[in-house]
Amino acid sequence: MLQDLDRLGPVLAVLVAAGLIVLADLVVPRRREKWLAGVALLGLAASAAWMVQLIARDRQASYFSDSMALDDFTIFFTFLFIGVAGAVLLASLEYVERFGSHKGEFFALVLVATAGMMLLAGSRDLVAIFVALELTSITQFILAGFLRDDRGSEAAIKYLLLGAISSAVVLYGMAFLFGIAGTTRLVATDGGASIAGAIAAGDSGIRSALLVSMVFLAAGFGFKMSIVPFQMWTPDVYQGSPTPVAALLSVGSKAAAFAVVLRVFFEGFGADTFVGEDWKMMFAVLAAVSMTVGNVMALRQTNVRRLLGYSSIAQAGNFLVGLAAISSTSDGTALGASGVVFFIATYAFTNLGAFFAVMAIGNRTGSDEIEDYAGIARRSPLAALVLTICLLSLTGLPPTAGFWAKMYIFNAGMRADLVWLVMIAVLNTVVSAFYYLGLARQMYRGDGEPGEDLRPALTTQAVLVAAAAGVCVFFVYPIPLIEAAQRAVHAFA
Amino acid sequence: MIDDAGVVVAFWVIAVSTVVCALMVAAVRNLVHAVLFLALTFVGVAGIYIVLAADFVALVQVLIYAGAVGVLMTFAIMLTPAADRRNSETIFQAPAAVLAGLVLAIVTFVAYDTEWRISGRDAFPATAASLGEAFLKPYVVPFEVVSVLLMTAMIGAIVLTREEGDDV
Repeated sequence: MLQDLDRLGPVLAVLVAAGLIVLADLVVPRRREKWLAGVALLGLAASAAWMVQLIARDRQASYFSDSMALDDFTIFFTFLFIGVAGAVLLASLEYVERFGSHKGEFFALVLVATAGMMLLAGSRDLVAIFVALELTSITQFILAGFLRDDRGSEAAIKYLLLGAISSAVVLYGMAFLFGIAGTTRLVATDGGASIAGAIAAGDSGIRSALLVSMVFLAAGFGFKMSIVPFQMWTPDVYQGSPTPVAALLSVGSKAAAFAVVLRVFFEGFGADTFVGEDWKMMFAVLAAVSMTVGNVMALRQTNVRRLLGYSSIAQAGNFLVGLAAISSTSDGTALGASGVVFFIATYAFTNLGAFFAVMAIGNRTGSDEIEDYAGIARRSPLAALVLTICLLSLTGLPPTAGFWAKMYIFNAGMRADLVWLVMIAVLNTVVSAFYYLGLARQMYRGDGEPGEDLRPALTTQAVLVAAAAGVCVFFVYPIPLIEAAQRAVHAFA
Repeated sequence: MIDDAGVVVAFWVIAVSTVVCALMVAAVRNLVHAVLFLALTFVGVAGIYIVLAADFVALVQVLIYAGAVGVLMTFAIMLTPAADRRNSETIFQAPAAVLAGLVLAIVTFVAYDTEWRISGRDAFPATAASLGEAFLKPYVVPFEVVSVLLMTAMIGAIVLTREEGDDV
């Protein structure tokens, strides 16, 4: 029991920090509330340190009677979520002024959402997955409405209603799996009943229930992944919620959803089982639709945040190409799955950079309209440069990490004989270049009035530089990240 | 025991009345009536739990859902000022009905087509004790996470509804 608790340590550290912030908020004077972000960052650092010592002591195992897993997959995503949360906290230091006296609660809720995502990546039991999913979602519903203005409240209510429906759909899908396996465990290390075992040993007698279950699960998780046709909330929420929250949603929440989909489908349903081809084909179709709808809608946007919303739908379609191409290859690299993980990691740097640049510019100009971005490069050279690098990476052009991510995942698609899907993906990349590069060109157009200097706060500058540096460094030297991604999915293969 | 004639009859009576109540929730115009039908649906679900020999869950279902949740929803409707207390008409009614019918057809087909796993074990002698053990042994992580979730929801409710400048 104590050893199991030890393995849960990274999550507990984050939750303890959140609790401390809520308590400290009562005694800290109002104008010093910002310093509570320091407690939050310390909690994240403690969480990372705990994870490092778990790895050093070789504690990887399935624990709490197989409801949680501490494997390379969990470790990879834990570090990813710690990084994302840290960046969001640092970048929000300037923005939190708008939250009045609720700065402390904001930091605490970001930590709780992060803990939920970490739990989600580590759960291998349907009940644990569902509870972690709710912890993440409900925290994010609250965060989305944090500004309490009309647009923010509308976004939060839309997000809440659609989120509640998607949770019910996920639960319904899980009920079918329970009916087939008689247990909620995805995997049983003690040789008992498990969902993976039931499916591996199954035949056509359980096929129709499995098909319905995978459709419901994909629909419910698809809401979190923001893929078409479950994407309706994305542009509204990205536009209406506070920008740091939108950044957290677009990177953290999406990454957590893909983590749990990899866990449920790759580890639970299995790639080589008699339903393996069915779910891969389902994701291939969803990938094609998501990319196309996301990119075509993005072309018509006049607001940067809505544009990033549709762009994130299209990017989720790119991730799905990897899911469609999953196979347990003999050399253990599982190209498709590791492609998803690698793409998510590079996308984390890229999209965080893009959102923070938009936030830095929006904080000063008070506008997110694309037409107001004309000539912004002269007034805020750093933010414009970072945004341009990130837009290049989202397009998939060198010299950015996004280039390797797309190459890797397209290669996985080709190896899996999904030529038609890769063709659609390449065409979509061309379409996406129009709006990504159009926005970049807008910023460097000469006719903007010089205006006052729009330099962002020092912490924001640091995060911007870190994001852009990550995007560029992983272009020059992507090997460690690729190897980490391959190790992460090796746990399932 | 599940093949016992009395149990089978009880199941069908409860199941049909539960489904009818659930349909009425969507069909009646008056929101207060809809909530009352919803409470009846909850009671029906509790009846199904009893048929399945899950007595403790059935009691909790009546206490929390039919009782607390029903009352809470009634209060929410009563205390919302100037709100229209009627289910509103939407243009999506027909497509939604078609979709719901389609899902119903598919699920019915699947329910008959699938070889479900029958556990075959005897009914639990003391369901409360078995539940407690499940909560604190295999499901201890989700059980504890739920308390974090409730705490978070409470903080969220305070943050979102408190007027700026209130000093609590």
